[in-house]
Amino acid sequence: MFSHLAILQVVVPLMGAPACFMLGKARLTWLMSLLISVVTCAISIGLLLQVYQQGPISYALGGWQAPWGIEYRIDIINAYMLLIVSAMGALVLLAAKDTALTDIDEHRRPLFYVAYLLCLAGLLGIAATGDAFNVFVFLEISSLSMYCLIALNKDRRALWAAFRYLIVGTIGATFILIGIGYLYMMTGTLNMQDLAQRLPAIADNNAVISAYAFIMVGVGLKLALFPLHYWLPNAYTHAPNLVTAFLAATATKVAVYLVIRFNFFVFSPSWADFIQLGNHVLLILGSVAVLWASWIAIRQTDIKRLLAYSSVAQIGYMVMGIGMSSLLSLQASLLHLFNHALMKGGLFLVLATIALRLGSVDTSQLRGLAQRMPLTFWAFVIGGLSLIGMPATAGFISKWYLVQAAIEQQSWLLVAVVLAGSALAAIYVWKVVEVFWFTDKNTASNTRHLSQPQVPVTMSIAMWLLIIANVYFGIDTRLPVTLSEMGAQLLSGAS
Amino acid sequence: MSLMSGLFNYWAVAALLLIGLGIVVWQGNLIKKLVGLSIFQTAVFIFYISVGKVAGGTAPILDDSYSQYSNPLPHVLILTAIVVGIATTALALALVIRIKASYGSVEESDINGQDK
Repeated sequence: MFSHLAILQVVVPLMGAPACFMLGKARLTWLMSLLISVVTCAISIGLLLQVYQQGPISYALGGWQAPWGIEYRIDIINAYMLLIVSAMGALVLLAAKDTALTDIDEHRRPLFYVAYLLCLAGLLGIAATGDAFNVFVFLEISSLSMYCLIALNKDRRALWAAFRYLIVGTIGATFILIGIGYLYMMTGTLNMQDLAQRLPAIADNNAVISAYAFIMVGVGLKLALFPLHYWLPNAYTHAPNLVTAFLAATATKVAVYLVIRFNFFVFSPSWADFIQLGNHVLLILGSVAVLWASWIAIRQTDIKRLLAYSSVAQIGYMVMGIGMSSLLSLQASLLHLFNHALMKGGLFLVLATIALRLGSVDTSQLRGLAQRMPLTFWAFVIGGLSLIGMPATAGFISKWYLVQAAIEQQSWLLVAVVLAGSALAAIYVWKVVEVFWFTDKNTASNTRHLSQPQVPVTMSIAMWLLIIANVYFGIDTRLPVTLSEMGAQLLSGAS
Repeated sequence: MSLMSGLFNYWAVAALLLIGLGIVVWQGNLIKKLVGLSIFQTAVFIFYISVGKVAGGTAPILDDSYSQYSNPLPHVLILTAIVVGIATTALALALVIRIKASYGSVEESDINGQDK
């Protein structure tokens, strides 16, 4: 049983999806999928403990030994990613009780859970596999179910956003497929470890450089790396609220993981000059993303879109950490993966709660929210402070490491970028808080008579767990710091 | 000369990739966009199949009279990718049907014009 945890991690949600489909009733499907996601989360904790104590796990699928068979290889970074994705998956699903899905047509609600589990399985698969082609397959499993999830929203603009995301996502995935094809053509293997051993000998080959370029552009599209991010604000804004929370907390994180895996494990700056060039490009794009997307975020009136642009900016921080490619900066990147999942997951759940009660998240409708929903208001404030990077919140920790990494390289410009990004974040978070805090008599009386559906208790629990986690991991940083440090050491050991 | 003839498949792949991508970018009709996307994906299928070809090798079916076979692995890989491609196209067409039902059009400019 315990020796099969690596594959169960993916198979449980993958098999759970059709099982949920057969149940048919929304409430029943929710309970079933919640159970499955909790089991999945428990498996990831089991894997993490196993890896922490005994080192990397290699699981040969169907008994076919690597490098011929497909290998699931769980080292500390994989285990860390699996924990983030499965924990966020379970928490968002806890919030996604069927009565909370008001932006999805009633007869489509059971399908939400089916697509959700498939998406979860795909994301976990990417984080678990040690086989490059398997990455593509799981990427497409998660992407296809993600397009479905986005299109579930009643609003017709969701269809259009899903279609545009489908086009961009498919082009991205196909680019990755081409890159993997080049790698196979040059090395005759698809196993990542095997690739890492064989590639240095042919580092100067043009096909290898093309492979790297194709994979980076493909992952960049999935990652919504500036300037390839234009699909993300639309997809996040028009997706059902809980889908946005799930996407923001998991999907882009897995893409960041892929960049790390390909940049420091399959390829490595130690043997290839073009990776160093690639890292410089990432550093520049990441810095621009931080400044530009934060600036655009300030000008948004729809809070979901505002947070979506903020996500593009936060992805910029992670990519900056990768671009600086030092031990400390990689650790900052891995830390920010974890912390950003907490803050954006938390903030989007707050928004989902507000939208459920008031039916809108446009700033003009939300004046005086602090009086009507004081607790939810404070949840937003705490999440927002974490987003800015206030001390004693999770957001501070990762930015602190990132600033330290920049100082270590004596790169004051990057320090300035991180600080400026935080200042801009303070402006856009304040903008929302200001709207919530001050009442405007006309709109307040307009919205008060609106019906107020009950917010499910589980939704409040999930929201508060994430918001409190933002504070908890800002004070007691042992778990993410230890894991990300081990991860960064593993990567720099490999490079 | 050898650059042209020896790498004919790869030139064809590159051409198809660009044609497909061009259609996706420049055509405003959603169905035509999907046609472009399919061409784009098909180019990659040809690429993988070409990679599997071994000079002088025959189809990878065991037989006593042959000793050299083409590499079957890329063929198997691309079978998976073809399935993924079909799923993508099917999902995209389903989305187009619903877009047509709610917007009354499958032209990009019409749809963009209707929402502000």
